[in-house]
Amino acid sequence: MALIVTRRASDSLSSEITPPHVFHNRRDFIKTAGLSLLAGAATASGLFSINAEAAVQRQKIAGFSKSSYGADEKLTPYEDVTTYNNYYEFGTGKNDPAHEALLFKPTPWTVSIEGAVKKAKQISIEDIFKIAPLQERIYRMRCVEGWSMVIPWVGFPLADLIKCAEPTGNAKYVEFISLADERSMPRVRVPILDWPYTEGLRMDEAMNPLTIMAVGLYGEMLPNQNGAPMRLVVPWKYGFKGAKAIVKIRFTDKMPQTTWMKAGPNEYGFYANVNPEVDHPRWTQSSERRIGGGLFSPRIKTKMFNGYAEQVAQLYTGMDLRKNY
Amino acid sequence: MLPAPSKKQIFWLKGVIIAIAMIPLIRLFILGWQDSLGANPIQFVEHSTGTWALVMLLITLSMTPIRLLTGLTWQIQLRGMFGLLMFFYVCLHFLAYIWLDFWFVWEDIAYDIGKHPFVLVGFSAFVLTIPLAFTSNNFMMRRLKGRWKTLHRLVYIIAILVIMHFWWLVKKDITEPFIYATVLAMLLGIRIYFNYKKILKKA
Repeated sequence: MALIVTRRASDSLSSEITPPHVFHNRRDFIKTAGLSLLAGAATASGLFSINAEAAVQRQKIAGFSKSSYGADEKLTPYEDVTTYNNYYEFGTGKNDPAHEALLFKPTPWTVSIEGAVKKAKQISIEDIFKIAPLQERIYRMRCVEGWSMVIPWVGFPLADLIKCAEPTGNAKYVEFISLADERSMPRVRVPILDWPYTEGLRMDEAMNPLTIMAVGLYGEMLPNQNGAPMRLVVPWKYGFKGAKAIVKIRFTDKMPQTTWMKAGPNEYGFYANVNPEVDHPRWTQSSERRIGGGLFSPRIKTKMFNGYAEQVAQLYTGMDLRKNY
Repeated sequence: MLPAPSKKQIFWLKGVIIAIAMIPLIRLFILGWQDSLGANPIQFVEHSTGTWALVMLLITLSMTPIRLLTGLTWQIQLRGMFGLLMFFYVCLHFLAYIWLDFWFVWEDIAYDIGKHPFVLVGFSAFVLTIPLAFTSNNFMMRRLKGRWKTLHRLVYIIAILVIMHFWWLVKKDITEPFIYATVLAMLLGIRIYFNYKKILKKA
């Protein structure tokens, strides 16, 4: 990591990832809350504030280039990007991952490349960082639940990783498998989903220049709650396609069964392209709420392929997107 | 056992309960003022008002089981107030939905209600609470006589619709709606058990 990561003078040592004062603060908060209830007076702190500041180590990524993607977009604040996460391995509440993933260790890390490849291999995260020059990509992210963000990812095209993996002619699909470690991911013990989290892409989707492997955001190493050390970002698809904490990449000739397809086949399909015309049984997909706009921000219209139609629409010519949702 | 509270005591008790019941609303205002309702403040307001409406509904429905289990009757005098507190939070919940969530775009609201089952059951429950709220006073109670009781049995249907609304909203982790459903099942179960006993006695 030392090759690519620089520390800011203000950064804490790794031995202090969760400094004792964080825990003490929590204790104090519980005490104060209890006392104030006893006194019959709700104090201005505690009950009336839901933002518990988490002291996390933030590391800048030294070498990455800017790109023109999304340069005109208004970024979703860092605070929102890192505290509003769907990452069920760490809890189903949007706030849970930011707290529950504090102690998660994204290094050392190896990614296993298997299936229809010339030679199965293991790549360390350090080597993955060297696969291709890192660049910033500002992408819109549309969640299937009807909200969206604009996130400045740091990463590299998935195509570069695939070239390095040397898939054979049998590789028609790529499967991404996330870590499912009961010890570091508390909610993996609960069978809410069929762990490990599995996602997949068709080969041409995976090779599309828009598809990236993200290793950072806001110029910093990817926070644990956003999928450290490495996650998939496919900006024209609903957010759940972006598998986090990837440990295995498998090339196959058959369409993989993804976690959400198993959980609700009538709600989640393999393609999961953002499509304002194909409604979800629960959520309106024709409009979305941009996170960070505050209490009085109206919905905005959702665009076909999340506004990336120009780059990706040709991948689906002749396909019925109502059936292949 | 403590003696039943006097009329005056009930009056004051109601005042205290109403004041306590306003805390969730005041909390929303304070959090909103501080801009600390989280990343998705609109959803926060919707979930908070919805949850408190459900809590008030379950409290309303627990007055009779308390009577059946303990023989106490004075708490029945609080039932109407709890029902109205539920209606209060239901109205806030609906207002948050049509205003903050959809900005009064009626076309989109109608589509959302028609298309998504969880919204439809929630909306139905809201519509059904309106006649109950307007007939909850003593005047209407006297005027409607026997029909009042029949009308207010709608609350059981409302409760079931509300649980469905919550259950279908949740994507995967049903822990929370399950807890509320269990409480409702217990409250209804106690009624059924005592009714059944009564019927057996008569027979």
